[in-house]
Amino acid sequence: MPAVPVALHCVVCYASTRAEFPAYSIMSTTATTRIVGAPVPRKEGLDKLVGRTQYVDDIKRAGMWYGATVRSTIPRGIIQSITFDPRIDWAEFTIATAADVPGKNHIQLIVADQPCLADGRVNHCDEAILLLAHPDRHKLLEAVDAVRVEYEPLPALLTIEESEKQNDIILGEDNIIKSFLLEKGDVDAASANAAHIVEGEYRTGAQEHLYIENNGMIAEWSAEDGITVWGSLQCPYYVHKTLRAVFDLPDEKVRVIQTETGGAFGGKEDFPSTLGAHAGLLAMKSGHPVKMVYDRMEDLAATTKRHPSRVRHRTAVDKDGKLLAMEIDLAIDGGAYSTLSSTVLSRATLHACGPYVCPNIRLNARAWATNTVPYGAFRGFGAPQAIFAMERHMDEIAAAIGVDPIELRRRNFLHEGDKNATEQLMREPVILDQLLDCALKESGYHAKRARYARENSKSAVKRGMGVAAFYHGSGFTGSGELYLNSLAGVDVTPDSKVRVLVSNTEFGQGTNTILTQIAAEALGIDFCDVVMAPADTAHIPNSGPTVASRTSMVVGRLIERASLQLLAMLREHAGLTDHFSREEFFAACAHYREAHGKVESLCRYEAPPGIYWDDKKYHGEAYPAYAWAIYVAQVAVDTVTYSAEVEEFWAVQEVGRVLHPVLAKGQIEGGVAQGIGYALYEKVVLKNGHMANNQMTNYIIPTAEDVPPIHVHFEEIPFRYGGFGAKGIGELPHDGPAPAILNAIRDATGIACNAIPLLPEDLFATLTARERVEEPVAL
Amino acid sequence: MSARWPTIQLTVNGRPCSVEAPPMKRLLDVLREDLRLTGTKEGCGEGECGSCSVRMDGELVNSCLIPVLQAEGATIQTVEGLAPNLESGGALHPLQEAFLQCGGAQCGICTPGMLMAAAQLIENHPHPTMAEIREGLAGNLCRCTGFMRIFESVLAAATQASDRNLEQAPHAR
Amino acid sequence: MRGNAEAHELIAPGSLAAVLDLIAAEPGVWTPIAGGTELMVAHAAGRLNSPKLVSLWGIPELRLVRAAEAEISLGAGTTFLDLRRSALIAKELPLLAKAASWIGSIANQSRATLGGNLVNGSPAADSSPALLAYDAEVEIISARASRRIPYSKFHIGYKSNALAADELLYAIHLPRRFAQHRHYLRKVGTRRAMAISKVALAATALVESGSLREVRLAAASLAAFPTRLYRVEDALSGRPIAKELIRAGRSAILAEALPIDDIRSTAEYRRRVAANLLEEFLLELLGNEERS
Repeated sequence: MPAVPVALHCVVCYASTRAEFPAYSIMSTTATTRIVGAPVPRKEGLDKLVGRTQYVDDIKRAGMWYGATVRSTIPRGIIQSITFDPRIDWAEFTIATAADVPGKNHIQLIVADQPCLADGRVNHCDEAILLLAHPDRHKLLEAVDAVRVEYEPLPALLTIEESEKQNDIILGEDNIIKSFLLEKGDVDAASANAAHIVEGEYRTGAQEHLYIENNGMIAEWSAEDGITVWGSLQCPYYVHKTLRAVFDLPDEKVRVIQTETGGAFGGKEDFPSTLGAHAGLLAMKSGHPVKMVYDRMEDLAATTKRHPSRVRHRTAVDKDGKLLAMEIDLAIDGGAYSTLSSTVLSRATLHACGPYVCPNIRLNARAWATNTVPYGAFRGFGAPQAIFAMERHMDEIAAAIGVDPIELRRRNFLHEGDKNATEQLMREPVILDQLLDCALKESGYHAKRARYARENSKSAVKRGMGVAAFYHGSGFTGSGELYLNSLAGVDVTPDSKVRVLVSNTEFGQGTNTILTQIAAEALGIDFCDVVMAPADTAHIPNSGPTVASRTSMVVGRLIERASLQLLAMLREHAGLTDHFSREEFFAACAHYREAHGKVESLCRYEAPPGIYWDDKKYHGEAYPAYAWAIYVAQVAVDTVTYSAEVEEFWAVQEVGRVLHPVLAKGQIEGGVAQGIGYALYEKVVLKNGHMANNQMTNYIIPTAEDVPPIHVHFEEIPFRYGGFGAKGIGELPHDGPAPAILNAIRDATGIACNAIPLLPEDLFATLTARERVEEPVAL
Repeated sequence: MSARWPTIQLTVNGRPCSVEAPPMKRLLDVLREDLRLTGTKEGCGEGECGSCSVRMDGELVNSCLIPVLQAEGATIQTVEGLAPNLESGGALHPLQEAFLQCGGAQCGICTPGMLMAAAQLIENHPHPTMAEIREGLAGNLCRCTGFMRIFESVLAAATQASDRNLEQAPHAR
Repeated sequence: MRGNAEAHELIAPGSLAAVLDLIAAEPGVWTPIAGGTELMVAHAAGRLNSPKLVSLWGIPELRLVRAAEAEISLGAGTTFLDLRRSALIAKELPLLAKAASWIGSIANQSRATLGGNLVNGSPAADSSPALLAYDAEVEIISARASRRIPYSKFHIGYKSNALAADELLYAIHLPRRFAQHRHYLRKVGTRRAMAISKVALAATALVESGSLREVRLAAASLAAFPTRLYRVEDALSGRPIAKELIRAGRSAILAEALPIDDIRSTAEYRRRVAANLLEEFLLELLGNEERS
């Protein structure tokens, strides 16, 4: 194959040497840009492609030991004794228990109820009880098996149904981790005279993130410097907060450094706090750096998953298909501790009514505690569960009242000037009709449905088309961004590099690239001259966690503002002119540095104007902006094998300004593939609260042969308060595939399947449940 | 202690190497620990994810499933060997170039194995069809991309020298 | 990685004779390992209970595809990629070529061997139904002798087979008399690739004067080991190809199939899908008859 000179891509810089226009003029989000919107190479891409990127398992520290975890084998019980098999020379090992925790024995999330190490009792299978460290990692395997834990077992609650009976209380006073009531209008009055009432129950299963890099951390401890951890993680300051509390140390004696992170999807939002604390305890006690990297079986069994859900809808509709009232009962399984369940429930609540106008709503939402591994953050964060129910239910309403499912949606879409479930006024353009038209046209929806209606009766393979309409709120919910109070910015180093200073991390989604694009664009300099500061809490401000589709919109905006502020500083204090060359820019920086010691510009979060949110009534501006989408699935159901396959998929969305066309496409395609897995393949099999299929060979995700062609289309309406007009994008694509696919299965077979994952065995059970006659069996 | 282990000779990325290792040590661990070639990753340890894919005597293998004794005398290529002269200003492999341009790598952890599978694919099928690409990469799980950018990258690399129509790209089955 | 490499011995004598001498001298002590796609998985999971292993990889006598007048012989160490690359197999044994393409991925097919697949003896083994439908024989070798038995007699229980402690599976022989047979093979896995079979069905049969003869049906994952479905064969053999055959075939396979519930599927699903696969085969035959 012909070789490509390496120089080509090293100097791919989307910029001229002289800025074409004053940077201030690009404050308008619709302005022509040089770098934002261009397909610049991924910032850290080259290192990843040549194999020199260092992930946590690639790192060795001098004198490093290895750590392992002794875990609970039962879902609930009192620890009666822990004994150590005398065949092992325990003197070689460092052993850490809850008694070794110098500070608080709790992971610091919203409510600090999850122990760092079990203290006297266990509340779920695979809960960490005791830690071991040894210089030889092979000796750890045997040693973990040689620790005997005796329990007095207690009855375990393993499902939402068992928890809500409240016969046994495992958390708080009522097993309820969090509840919300969202009410508007008068549901009962509106339902009383409705032409139709349509009810349905919808369920979603747990889902594993299946990042290809397992969770891992290395910790070092010294009396002078305190604790330092390196690891695979999304949110350095989350880990920092837990380590501060667990080790009872001041801020400056806790340092968290993100290593390159091989996929996360929310799975490295909360869990790294636990693993960081574990590695830290062993490092402190052993006096050695300690590495803990889970193998796949441990990662699958012991770390977080997506919350399972059960949503019940009762909807009043008038004779024309207008939504009159929605009564929704939304329950999620939170697992054994509170962790992030209250915020997952919040996002589920705020997405449960779909992108529709409905004047009367009563929504009861509860997160129930069970004796299972705590469920955690996962792309979409409650929204995919709620949207699955709403969008599946829309097709059932359509069927019940005899209206086309597309038409039903059209009649109820939100538009600019309407109010949604929390009575948030839609101040920005809403173009659902346009997105729908585009999706129907691109997918050939109507022609295909007509064709399948003709062909299906003659074929063992039944085809169908399904649609989902939805929105996804960008950024933290309600007043969340104000509480975060994010600080971010840029600085300029003496060797002429502009650095982006954020705690928002790269784990494949493109943080490094889009934030450096934004800085380069706003500063009017080359993309090559901007780098990310290392994700190290010793050097970066707290710009909040890397979650909630907030990086491009919220943090991007901060970087845009900080960059413009830097230009203003250089103009005022270092003589920078309106038009400048690269040399003039860095000369001005050097001049500024001489006078002020450093060149740094930081900005703090400011809410868009007119935002009002009532946390108690769940009323007001739930999110500053929404991304909108219509997804279409084309599905084939094989009646020989009862398997459903997605043959083709269309994802049409409006996400504000698209900062990087290739990365954005990659986000949508990856999310759709994960959503297809959620719908049709991925099943977490729990046996007495332990994941029984905790191997890649038994937890089935789509391969290159299973993911269908995915067509991605963006409409761009820049959002004036997002980074160069961006809204959130990362979570949106996980919301739509499951309902679109199950709706397509209904179209193909006429059968309503209301639970995911829908495996062939489930479809078989649903189909055969309708057949009354037993098939003859030869004697 | 290591004197009790056999010495195993192998050629890695064109360099003859000799390691003393327990014969059941996985080739993956020999590459990562003994030879410090950490580009090859472990994702599952059971031959399911393909993150540890390398080429051995011209075939694609999962290095987590090879006892190093069975690699005695073998020629191994890892991701570090795709662009051997990079440090001295040499070229990237066309696949690396295409992955960079087309967005074939996101988090990067599956990328080394994916590149080796793609290199094997293009050697066996210089002008691969979409079906051949899907099959050739089916043993390499990627959780980030949904594979579309990867398919496009492979097509771009394979068609660099020819004038095949890129538009047919991942949107055909 | 839960296994400890230092806890296992592995030697590579390099020739078939040396391996046979070794296992004759210490019967049952040495576990043969070929491509490692099964045993190394067990090793990683800490489940490899063999302290001593002997490598079969790279022994030339075990890795060959040879055609004689009456049969095609495949060395037990032939990889699935070897099988897929053989024009002879593609032409004469298309079911086997197809089954070879089902094995894991390319990286598994380059290492996994036909003999390994059979000796491992998983009820879900991908190559077994095709070999049973082709009426294969296996050749077993030891330092003392060699013997041939029908492959249908090789598996004798869940993961147990007819090999004595000093014996190796040497070759698989496939008779060249299936050119006129109709054939069928379908696997239902957990996904399109990298999948373990939930159920698979293979069939060969002659159609003469509108009737079925020499029916061979074999399945994966319907019993404790890969097996022929003799009662279904009996129910179909000699009968004219007509609609009624479907009902007879279905009721016979529903009776004969004894699958289990496990982590990958349910017994009931497997039985019914097996019946559906059989019906699909019979409908193909019916369609052909109606056309001709």
